[in-house]
Amino acid sequence: MADNSFSLAYKNRGTWLDRCSGASKLLGFVLLSGIAMIVLDTRFLIFLVILSLILLKISRVKMSEVAALMKLVLVFMAINLVMIYVLAPNYGSQIYQSKDILLGSGYFALTQQELLYLVNIGLEYIVAVPLALIFLLTTNPSEFAASLNRIGIPYKISYSVSLALRYIPDVTREYHQISLSQQAKGNEISKKAPFFKRLKGASAILVPLLLSSIDRIESVSQAMELRRFGAKKRRSWYFSEKLKALDWAVLSFVLLIVIFGFILIIVNGGRFWNPFH
Amino acid sequence: MQDKKKSWISVRDVVAIGIGTAVFFVLMRFVAIPTPVANTTINLAEPWLALIGAIFGPIVGLFVGFIGHALNDTVAGWGVWWTWVFADGVLGLLLGLAKRYLKLDTETLTSKKLWFFNIWQVIANVIAWFVIAPLGDIVVYRQPAAKVFLQGFWAGIGNMVGIAIVGSILLVAYSRTRTRTGSLKSEK
Amino acid sequence: MPAIEFQKVNFKYRVQSQATLHNVSFAFDYGQKIIIAGPSGSGKTTIGHLINGLIPQSVPGEYSGSILINGKDAAKMDIFQLSFEVGTVLQDTDAQFVGMTVAEDAAFLLENENTEHSQLLAQTENWLKELNLEALKKHSPQELSGGQKQRVSMAGVLSSDSKILLFDEPLANLDPASGRLAIQLIADLQKKLGLTVIIIEHRLEEALRIQADKLLVIDHGKIIANDIPDRVLTSAAVISAGLREPLYITAMRDAGVDLNKIAHITDLASLDHQAIKRQLSVWLEKKQPDKTKKSREPILSIQHLSFAYPKQAVFSDLNLTFPAGQMTAIVGKNGSGKSTFSNLVTGFLKPDSGRILFDNQPLDGQSVKERADKIGYVLQDPNQMISQNIVYDEVAYGLKLRGLSDDQIQAKTRTMLEVAGLDNMRHWPISALSFGQKKRVTIASVLVLAPRVLILDEPTAGQDYLNYRSLMNFVAELNRTQDCSIIVITHDMHLMLEYTDRAIALVDGQVIADMAPAELLNDPALLKRASLAPTSLYDLAESTGLDAVALSKRLVQEEMTRG
Repeated sequence: MADNSFSLAYKNRGTWLDRCSGASKLLGFVLLSGIAMIVLDTRFLIFLVILSLILLKISRVKMSEVAALMKLVLVFMAINLVMIYVLAPNYGSQIYQSKDILLGSGYFALTQQELLYLVNIGLEYIVAVPLALIFLLTTNPSEFAASLNRIGIPYKISYSVSLALRYIPDVTREYHQISLSQQAKGNEISKKAPFFKRLKGASAILVPLLLSSIDRIESVSQAMELRRFGAKKRRSWYFSEKLKALDWAVLSFVLLIVIFGFILIIVNGGRFWNPFH
Repeated sequence: MQDKKKSWISVRDVVAIGIGTAVFFVLMRFVAIPTPVANTTINLAEPWLALIGAIFGPIVGLFVGFIGHALNDTVAGWGVWWTWVFADGVLGLLLGLAKRYLKLDTETLTSKKLWFFNIWQVIANVIAWFVIAPLGDIVVYRQPAAKVFLQGFWAGIGNMVGIAIVGSILLVAYSRTRTRTGSLKSEK
Repeated sequence: MPAIEFQKVNFKYRVQSQATLHNVSFAFDYGQKIIIAGPSGSGKTTIGHLINGLIPQSVPGEYSGSILINGKDAAKMDIFQLSFEVGTVLQDTDAQFVGMTVAEDAAFLLENENTEHSQLLAQTENWLKELNLEALKKHSPQELSGGQKQRVSMAGVLSSDSKILLFDEPLANLDPASGRLAIQLIADLQKKLGLTVIIIEHRLEEALRIQADKLLVIDHGKIIANDIPDRVLTSAAVISAGLREPLYITAMRDAGVDLNKIAHITDLASLDHQAIKRQLSVWLEKKQPDKTKKSREPILSIQHLSFAYPKQAVFSDLNLTFPAGQMTAIVGKNGSGKSTFSNLVTGFLKPDSGRILFDNQPLDGQSVKERADKIGYVLQDPNQMISQNIVYDEVAYGLKLRGLSDDQIQAKTRTMLEVAGLDNMRHWPISALSFGQKKRVTIASVLVLAPRVLILDEPTAGQDYLNYRSLMNFVAELNRTQDCSIIVITHDMHLMLEYTDRAIALVDGQVIADMAPAELLNDPALLKRASLAPTSLYDLAESTGLDAVALSKRLVQEEMTRG
């Protein structure tokens, strides 16, 4: 049935991005999306968007794999930008401390400053997508936990992420089973039923899922204790590789970009680049 | 004895985080209940978070909310919206604090406790979605206050309603399976 | 020094008022294969948990007496220390399998030991090879069969180097053919690695194939037999504990063969075939004529049905007819299309082409809910179906959702509860019921909608003989009195033989057999393709030169008169 709970799935596409260790990709992903979050310099963001699109191209991810998602993100971005504009049409002027009206008049007049601000936010949404996709599509999920542990997350927490990935397909299947048997009983959670009925109906699905998940937690933790999980302070990983020259190169490059970002903050005298002075 | 006894997190907690996150993820991704308000849905992952917190406590609640939300954002492919991920973690943590009072595993769930739980979940949602998420968006993403408070308000109300109804039903169902049934008599 | 020794062990769970084990003493020697058998709730699992330390550390309780593992006092060791002495393979292979892939799960214990990476890889590789799992290394648990998962579990436990292995109901989730392979594999490993193997299992017919050195029978927390299997099986211990003995022994017993005179009952070849044949033949002649059900018009027909998942075709041009009033078994290994079949009939999946007729009316276009009024479907795990807290509410739930008046709901629900033998428990919380009772509740909650066809998915999985009997007698009664046609999806061969009129074997979406169950059960070639295995009656028939089908039918008659 619905086993493909990950519509976007890891596949080895044979590029250097696949050979890079999970830990360095994770670190790269976190650092790059982090710096994009902080440095709201339009030029820098454009650079990051181009860079991440090039990386996406290199990763040999096919457009068809990600086209649907791209559309979704663009719609999502548009809604957010419209909301910002409607609710705060003068926010740009406040940030850049100047006001040059581009078109219209009155409260909703579109200023150059607001436009630039909206472009910044738009770029922020866009830059996250290719980075997330590259990480997701080129990283073996099995490596994920080991990578988290390597970048300093305690191994017990890292392993719980691995457990989550392990049991998501099982839980998905169980959820479908339960909701189908509820449908057969006549339980309706779609728009056809009145709102409170829907919520009560949803509870009727969640109750069995909850009770069986609690049982599962008990039996899995017994199985893990019997196999000595948590016995030692450290844990080794089947999927852990020593960082190679490639990894160090990637990490240095990412670090360079991050440093550059911080320099921009100092030069710009703040997180925004202000061309209106 | 080895050092696991003093560990800050038990094996059972680790598994509760793992499987709790798996269920959270599935509910967030596949299950949304349409509300009477156009294009708005109630997310069943949050009532689940309330329950997991109430059973396993604040640490498990924190990580289920945080990892579950982050994993969902990552797997969706649109990038992780960290401020909201963080807010969900805080919500899980706050909801988990109710464990000490509810004592679901050993005591019956009285209506007084249920009221307490609901008042507490409203406070927790206010903190997470009316304060932390929008302030985070303002500070980190530099978004305008009017927009982020509106969004946070909206999400918070939905979660309150969802937890009040579905979360309460789940709590009752769970506590019924735990409490001892001493005086069962067969009836004519 | 014995490998494991219990001295006067008494045990009580904290949440229970009565003790679970009473004065249990035994000793297992190194290099032995031991089977611990007992019905549900007898305390057999408790013994297992005392050996591996889950009790009292994970499940609280108090015990007295002493437990020595490898001569060391178990009370002084924690679960981690005990795991060096005893490796455990749990019953639930999905819980046991915690890694994301086969290789990771096999390496799990070594990872936890913080084994150095190259050594970790080498050792894991070694155990994967030993258990013939190399080709499956990168597979996720969802891609494996029950038997394969169990092999992975073994690899994961063997890497701990403990010389004592404990298997908790290893046959519970396996089809008969995989069960045989598993038993064979355990026997081989035991010999090769010089292990001490303890198997907790109530399915003796299959488990005894391991040629155990010792069979321990436990009932109500007391050991009622502890000896070599030959002696235990000829005594009454197995039957009096409410367990099912191997079928060929029951047949000989019923035929009046004096079992006490047989020295090696576990070894069919050693028996006096001529004498046994004589007695069996006399017994066979007492057979009553087969009761044939009147053949009636079809209630359900599948016509030219085709269905494919995005990546995999399941059915192409499937045709099947189910006459009203029949009880049919659908058998076949996992992935053969059994569950897809029921999902298509109940409307959870839509066929690519072809039709399903109910009472000669096409079902297409009818919703899942509408179909449920005609065709009831009961999932394997009752916990996945139950959403209400009280027995009455659960059974009444479907009627409430259909908007019936309170009077109607009350009348129908009470009648159904009466039929299911649950009326006196109607106000009980469901959490207070046993697994078997929960199963009844789910059947009642489906049946209250008065469907004319009932599909049961593995109704008896994981249940002991007495529960199996009581549940299947209930189902058979529904079949007789409620005019309900029944389709059972199962790999329980006893069930198929004893209760159903017809067996359909599915393999890769194809019907490879559609015949009387006794005939299928005695056709080794077909059984093999369906991932089933012949029963021990077949072996008895072979060695005595009698007709296996006749023998099977005769035994069923005898069993059913016992009730």
